[in-house]
Amino acid sequence: MATTYTLISSVTVGSGGAANIDFTGIPSTYTDLLVKYSIRDSNNSISQNINLTFNNAGGTAYSERLLYGSGSAAQSFSSSSAANINFQYATGVAATASTFSNGEIYIPNYAGSTAKSVSVDSVVENNASGTAMGLNAGLSSNTAAITSVKLASPSGTFQQYSTAYLYGISNA
Amino acid sequence: MTNKIVVDCLTGEVQEIALTEAEIAEREVMAAEYAEQKAAEDAEKAEQAKAKKALLTKLGITAEEAQLLLL
Repeated sequence: MATTYTLISSVTVGSGGAANIDFTGIPSTYTDLLVKYSIRDSNNSISQNINLTFNNAGGTAYSERLLYGSGSAAQSFSSSSAANINFQYATGVAATASTFSNGEIYIPNYAGSTAKSVSVDSVVENNASGTAMGLNAGLSSNTAAITSVKLASPSGTFQQYSTAYLYGISNA
Repeated sequence: MTNKIVVDCLTGEVQEIALTEAEIAEREVMAAEYAEQKAAEDAEKAEQAKAKKALLTKLGITAEEAQLLLL
């Protein structure tokens, strides 16, 4: 059971927007990592995926499975041998103005020497019937300790006032 | 010009840096992959909606009536 949360770093996107947010130089002194984000993307849609990678490694190392709700239907999606984990959501500019998505990315045992599992809980804010919410289970087959985490917009930019907070969690 | 934000967790330094040509090329690949994935997801959603509608038609009930049957 996690007993301590320590804020490692945080960032707020400025007026120019940003294609991605990179947390680098992550110390290995914690047990787990948690990223809490609130992001609006310039993509002209209600929801936009966010690409997640570790240690700047792409290739085919990632797989994931998503349980998804759109406001009117429930579905599941999966991918394997992918260059990133991308079933976590940002609010797009077609959604209600000035709303941002909420998401949590949990990475247990990030400093270990085995494959890295990830769980993501994210939801898009939109004052209409169409929206997006998802629970995602992902895996990176790379075994190196995670020292950097990148959140990237696949085709737009993260808008001003989007935020990301990186926490280190130490188990008792 | 598209920038990225790099947060150095050791020093706390936050930098806004222009993407390199390689990173811009990588984004173009990501965008193409995303468009392909989105199209596949949309097709799957449309297929499911079509199947749902066909089932309701076969049963002779509306979606609202189907919901009532589940209560």
